[in-house]
Amino acid sequence: MNKILVFLEGQNNLLKRTSCEAISAARSLATAAGIPYVGIIINGNKEQVKYAGEYGMANVINAKHELMDTYSSTAAASILHQVIKSENADVILFAGNAKGMELAPRVAAKLEAGYMSDCVGLEILDGNIIAKKPVYAGKAQITAKVNSDCKVFSLRPNVFTATKTGEAITMTTKDYAPNLSEDDKKAFVSALMKNEGRMDVLEADIIVSGGRGIKGAENYNLIESLASAFGAAVGASRAVVDAGWRPHSEQVGQTGKTVSPNLYVACGISGAVQHLAGMSTSKIIVAINKDKDAPIFKVCDYGVVGDLFTVVPKLAEKVKHLTGK
Amino acid sequence: MNIMVCISRVPDTATRILVGPDGKTIDTQGIKYVISPYDEYGIEEGLRLKEKNGGTVTAVTVGAEASTDILRTALAMCVDKAVLIKADIQKDSFFVAKNLAEYAKEVNPDIIFMGRQSVDYDSLQMPSMLAEFLGMPSVSVVSKLTIADGKATAERDIEGGKEIVEASLPCIISCQKGLNEPRYPKLPDIMKAKSKPIEMREPVQTDEKVTVLGMSIPSKQRIGRILSDSDGDIDELVRLLHEESKII
Ligand SMILES: Cc1cc2nc3c(=O)[nH]c(=O)nc-3n(C[C@@H](O)[C@@H](O)[C@H](O)COP(=O)(O)OP(=O)(O)OC[C@H]3O[C@@H](n4cnc5c(N)ncnc54)[C@H](O)[C@@H]3O)c2cc1C
Ligand SMILES: Cc1cc2nc3c(=O)[nH]c(=O)nc-3n(C[C@H](O)[C@H](O)[C@H](O)COP(=O)(O)OP(=O)(O)OC[C@H]3O[C@@H](n4cnc5c(N)ncnc54)[C@H](O)[C@@H]3O)c2cc1C
Repeated sequence: MNKILVFLEGQNNLLKRTSCEAISAARSLATAAGIPYVGIIINGNKEQVKYAGEYGMANVINAKHELMDTYSSTAAASILHQVIKSENADVILFAGNAKGMELAPRVAAKLEAGYMSDCVGLEILDGNIIAKKPVYAGKAQITAKVNSDCKVFSLRPNVFTATKTGEAITMTTKDYAPNLSEDDKKAFVSALMKNEGRMDVLEADIIVSGGRGIKGAENYNLIESLASAFGAAVGASRAVVDAGWRPHSEQVGQTGKTVSPNLYVACGISGAVQHLAGMSTSKIIVAINKDKDAPIFKVCDYGVVGDLFTVVPKLAEKVKHLTGK
Repeated sequence: MNIMVCISRVPDTATRILVGPDGKTIDTQGIKYVISPYDEYGIEEGLRLKEKNGGTVTAVTVGAEASTDILRTALAMCVDKAVLIKADIQKDSFFVAKNLAEYAKEVNPDIIFMGRQSVDYDSLQMPSMLAEFLGMPSVSVVSKLTIADGKATAERDIEGGKEIVEASLPCIISCQKGLNEPRYPKLPDIMKAKSKPIEMREPVQTDEKVTVLGMSIPSKQRIGRILSDSDGDIDELVRLLHEESKII
């Protein structure tokens, strides 16, 4: 192995947290393998590049091109390919978010490289990277190695810890001018719609989800007030989404979103395998259910057996008292 | 329009998963196999596009002989043609993508529908890989789609919102829940599908890019502490989250 390259995404004047997680993962791999690690950002700014330094990344390549003023996956793949070649990098890391999951396999295909997606563990063993990845909706896990010279990985969000080094480092930033033409832009983002005022389950440290036990859309304010006491995002089971009580963007599970927050609170959710598929890697799971035999209690850290209509407001009040939110 | 749909054969999502004797793949005994649920959205979208614009829908899978069962289901949903690219010992996804690419290069589809993910290895990689091999654009995890004037306008969920992506045809769309409601095959069509031909093709071989070393059933140790709904216990829960787990 020669050099690790990390794909970085800016967010205002910082980097996305998932990018910082990827830098931290690269740092430990680089240390173990004794190789350098660098970052690539597209149309980044100074502050974003500097922020990478706080996580120990001393070298960042800033690829600039006006065709990337609106994002294009096909053009981004072309830029990455050029940078990988010019840097002679052979281990490529992506955050496994919406953009990374679409882009990483395209880059891998350009390089004719092996790719492991959605990794939850990466370590060096006998000079090779051994990756761990959940399969079958998290019901099993594989360990695997990539055989090609170039190796591409994406990392499940919120699994690798983003840690600042606390040391000042000297940064080297290289501006890079990629070769792009209109033909590289066969797909591009033409509009963005933000979920105003609502926190997304994919970005939240804490998620409070409701299930069929909530009985109707009109009772969802209970879930919302517990969520706001925690400073959490609101999630839902499929039963709730199918009933039309909540939008699909909030659904957690096999046909919804896969999340691994620090805390997942399941209220009136039975714990069907397809729901567990989306949240079983959460750090702490709390379940509130009136049925003491509900399967969710078998996979939780803390379970409260009781009626959610009394437990949830009580819990909300006590949490609010503590957090002041 | 020449429409291609790629489908994957997976264990029914409610299946209990056990590690097989080789320690690297699952124990396949007694498993019921189905079309990966997201691929049904792909079949449905292909059929609707054909119903609107005319053309043919071809379902393709890379797999062993046993995979003819999912092709029969696709035929029962009324796709025009079914193709099995034979792979007896199924290889990694790179092999599957290369073989799908070989076939696509021969038939030149205007659009290829795939699932968001195959609910076995859950990699969400095939659509982007195949697209790159074919020099096509692709849009992943699409929940709304319009095809007009030689381009696809696709909506997809991203962190904190949605984005609209425009892609020129030919292109690949990976389908997410919400795109449509897949039809159920009708009994007469199920009967007819039984005698329809399935085209069999030999695969091209590729290097093994990824080697699975082992499979295990994850056993994250959960604390598993069960509390009652009494005031005292709820105070205790808050204390545990605050002092033990240090989350709040
Ligand atoms: C690391 C790794 C190791 C593997 N090892 C084995 C193994 O040892 N034995 C084994 O049997 N399988 C194995 N597979 C499964 C692989 O060969 C594919 O058949 C599998 O269905 C695709 O997995 P994926 O997660 O990459 O698909 P995804 O990228 O999640 O699939 C997305 C979409 O691609 C299309 N698609 C996927 N697979 C096929 C297919 N076979 N034919 C047509 N279209 C398809 C579907 O539209 C699907 O919705 C492995 C997969 C991976 C990632
Ligand atoms: C292919 C496929 C994909 C799927 N994908 C998903 C997915 O992505 N996400 C998902 O969530 N599901 C998914 N499902 C559906 C899944 O199988 C379950 O049907 C669903 O998760 C059930 O939702 P629920 O737990 O809210 O409802 P239920 O299973 O009905 O559970 C309701 C729970 O609430 C409890 N309850 C009732 N009243 C109260 C009360 N007053 N106080 C406390 N507790 C109470 C009950 O004891 C019960 O345990 C999928 C299914 C299939 C087949």
